[in-house]
Amino acid sequence: MYGRQQGGLAILISMILALALTVIPMSDVLRLIKPEWCALVVIYWCMAVPGRFSVGSGWFVGLLLDVLQGSLLGQHALAMALVAYITVNLHQRLRVFPVWQQGLTVLMLLSLYQLLLLWFDGIIGLQPKAWTYWLPPISGMLLWPWTYLLLRKLRRYYNVT
Amino acid sequence: MFTQGPSLTVRLVVLVLISILLMTLDHRQQHLSAVRSSLSIVVSPIQFLVDLPGNLGSWVTENLSTRRTLLEDNARLRSQHLLLEAQIQKTAALERENRRLRELLGSSFKVSDRVLIAELYKVDLDPYKHLVRVNKGSGDEVYIDQPVLDSAGVMGQIIEVNPIYSTARLITDSSQVIPVQVNRNGLRTIAVGTGSLNQLSLPYLPNHADIRKGDLLITSGLGGIYPFGYPVAVVMDVVADPGSPFAHITAAPTAHLDRSREVLLVWSGYNLEQDEIDTPGPEARP
Repeated sequence: MYGRQQGGLAILISMILALALTVIPMSDVLRLIKPEWCALVVIYWCMAVPGRFSVGSGWFVGLLLDVLQGSLLGQHALAMALVAYITVNLHQRLRVFPVWQQGLTVLMLLSLYQLLLLWFDGIIGLQPKAWTYWLPPISGMLLWPWTYLLLRKLRRYYNVT
Repeated sequence: MFTQGPSLTVRLVVLVLISILLMTLDHRQQHLSAVRSSLSIVVSPIQFLVDLPGNLGSWVTENLSTRRTLLEDNARLRSQHLLLEAQIQKTAALERENRRLRELLGSSFKVSDRVLIAELYKVDLDPYKHLVRVNKGSGDEVYIDQPVLDSAGVMGQIIEVNPIYSTARLITDSSQVIPVQVNRNGLRTIAVGTGSLNQLSLPYLPNHADIRKGDLLITSGLGGIYPFGYPVAVVMDVVADPGSPFAHITAAPTAHLDRSREVLLVWSGYNLEQDEIDTPGPEARP
């Protein structure tokens, strides 16, 4: 991620923070509504700088998430790669959307992500059977505006292009 | 990352295929532990970072606790120590007698196990799977399927070993089963995790089985993973439903699954005859 262009550090820092936020211990209620921070950050970078951060980087972040969370190796990676792919394809439209409309798209992307994870868990017979499983995409959507503004500030400060 | 090169769709397809391959290999065989281990080196600083505030907090509490609390603690621990010491003396004699009797019977039986104390990382894994991460890895001879206990009972078993940490699945995870027996009468059965942290279910006992509320369930040693005789759960509720072939029995784990900070890793089948036959008292060998 360090590269020819400047600002790789900003991407790296945001990714590390997202990974840390994913595993930070929280109370029982909060951990059920904890959004998928990594997916949110991946969506942002895919939208903002698709030339630098796209399917490959998203896939790698997913792989790290798999190791960190002890899930099946490749599970988060596949879901993340697909989310990154859709975001890169939509990035020009996403950029001109107002924030609430971006939020709806993010909801769709996060639901797809969650659905894929559920599907793989189902294949290996570990399917969670609670409706609360669908809360993280909604909390992700609600947190999107703040994530967006914060990361945009970071991107402008470090001049990531 | 790649500015030129194959198109986005081609990259996606390749990565999806790689992911499916990885998942299949990871699920079917244990061939990917090398990949996991090397990636775990990238990930462990993050884990350390997340664990840090909690560690710092307990360090501060330890260092700022008042003299009075320390004295009280000390007195309490001293009396507890005395009590346990007295019990151990009795245990040592009993253990010796038990071994002698078993030798007479001609069966080999290992009474004590080797243990190692490990600490849990304060990291939050998937909320729908009951996994915990401990700070001992293959460097400490931790192995896959190794039983994990706390001071009150069985917690679970190791499912993944990395060089510096390992992951354990708790007995309450919905994919986990543990062979148990009723301590009162030796009735053997299987306890199944329910996915809720304070409940196990015993689905395979008939309606007329001799089991009551309050019975202690201990590991039966069958299955070869958990050593015999550790407490697992206490029966909470027995509902005999005449319409179904099996009774609905639930039990509460005795281990503090959501509160323990220190856990014990057990090496069962530790060869007792070799070096312990004459030392008095079963001391833990860390």
